[in-house]
Order: sequence, then C-alpha cells, then structure tokens
Amino acid sequence: MTFSAWISEPINWIFLLVGLVVLASGFRVVTAKNVVHAALLLVAALAGTAGLFLMLAAEFVAWVLVLVYIGAVIVLFLFGIMITRAPTGQDEGLDSEKKVVPALLSVGVFVLMAWGSIDAFGTTLVGATGDPISTELIGESLLGRFVIPFEVVSFVLLAALIGSITLARKDLTPIEEEEGRRV
Amino acid sequence: MIVSAGYYMALAAALFVIGALGMLLRRNVLVMFMCIELMLNAVNLTLISAGRALNDLNGQVAVFFILVVAAAEVVVGLAIIVAIFRRRSTASIDELSELRG
Repeated sequence: MTFSAWISEPINWIFLLVGLVVLASGFRVVTAKNVVHAALLLVAALAGTAGLFLMLAAEFVAWVLVLVYIGAVIVLFLFGIMITRAPTGQDEGLDSEKKVVPALLSVGVFVLMAWGSIDAFGTTLVGATGDPISTELIGESLLGRFVIPFEVVSFVLLAALIGSITLARKDLTPIEEEEGRRV
Repeated sequence: MIVSAGYYMALAAALFVIGALGMLLRRNVLVMFMCIELMLNAVNLTLISAGRALNDLNGQVAVFFILVVAAAEVVVGLAIIVAIFRRRSTASIDELSELRG
C-alpha cells in the first residue's frame, strides 16, 4: 500500500483529520494548566471519538456518547470545578517531577499496542464484512440476551445516584443533627 | 485502499497512552479524573472498531455498558472530590494521604 494510494481516498482524509483532532485535544487535556480548559478540550476529544464511532457505523453508541458525555458528564465536571473551591487557575508545581520514565513507558506501551492491533486487524477493511449493525438489533439484544445485565446496570445507576447525594451532602454538626431529629 | 480497522485501534492505543501519561504525570485530582475518561473512550473505540471489523453486535453492547458504568463512576467520583474540596482547598493528590497504611 503506497502512501499516495492511501491519501487519494476521501474517507482517509476524514480519518486523518478527526484522528489528529482527537489526539491533539487529548494531549492538551493532559498538558493544560487550567482545569476549565482541560474540561473544554475533553469535549473536543469526546466529540472526535463520537465522529469516529459514526465512521465505524455505530450511530447508537455515538449519540449516546454525545448525549451522556458531552451533555451530562462535562457539565458535571464544570459544576464540580466551579461550584466548589477547586483551584481553577494555574497550578504550577502540581505535576510529578519524574517525567522521563513515564514517557518512555508510554511510548513502549503505545508501540506494543499499535503493532499488535495493526498486525491483527491491519488488513481487515472497515465495512468489508457486511452491513452495519442497526440500532434495532442492539435494542433487541439489550432487552433479549442482555436483559439481566441491563437491569443490573440500571440498579448501579440508582446506587450511584443515592451514593453521590449522600457523599456530596453537607455534613451536619452534632448540634445540628440533634436539632434535626427534634424537628 | 481505505483505512483498515487496525488503524482505528492504533489511534485508540495512542489516545489510551495519552490518558495513562496524564495519570502518571499530573497531580491534579480533576485532571486525573478526565484522563480516566480519555482512557475509557480509547477502550470504547477499540471495541467499536473490533465489532465493526468482525461484524459483531456485542462490541457495541459492551460499549453501551461501559458508558453507563463510567457515568455512574463519574457521579460518585465527583461527589467524593466535592466532599474533599469542602474540607480542604488543595487539588493535589499527594496531600490526600490519610488512608496510607
């Protein structure tokens, strides 16, 4: 496969563009000094991932990602940053001193994973194995074969809801607790 | 010659490694939390591309469950972080070492 043959396909242009956006914003999430900037750059990374999901013909998961992550989780992050007394400005000196060993470790892990995946799936063309899986089939699978995990996961969400309310509630002093019991 | 599934997975590997590098290098609790989200998304991308390459439904179902559990994790984790910030105004993970044995 020559590079000129590869670059002549328009879908590869889109892949390259979206991939570069995802990687650049992901890198900026890690390196941004301002926490709010990191949260907003995470939106770009997640939106790019949703675009890649669409290119892989996974519409349902792509829109779930947009609704749940960009719609809810990022807003939760921004609330968590802005409502609390979290330091939002520059946070110099908060980074780890040792940078060389993690960097070498990361490059090694990346080379291993990229080599493994290209070795295994490098010739498997996307979409060559048949029609994309429709949302209808996913829905039937979720409420058929996977109905018990589906219910368990809804229970997990309920537990997370109750747990987060309990954790984030203002703690009462013993005197206030006594008064609360009397009322 | 269009891009193959292996390159989507290589991109996901790069995204995962960026998130892992952030976990190793940054000491801000909120940024480390965002790095977890990046890593989860990289894994989701791998599962979706494998599911598309093998034309298997279960890749997308697994990603759906990962998304739901990650949402629950974000809710509980942010509640814990908010509770920490209420008692002390530091964002450094190194100062939160009371549970060290």
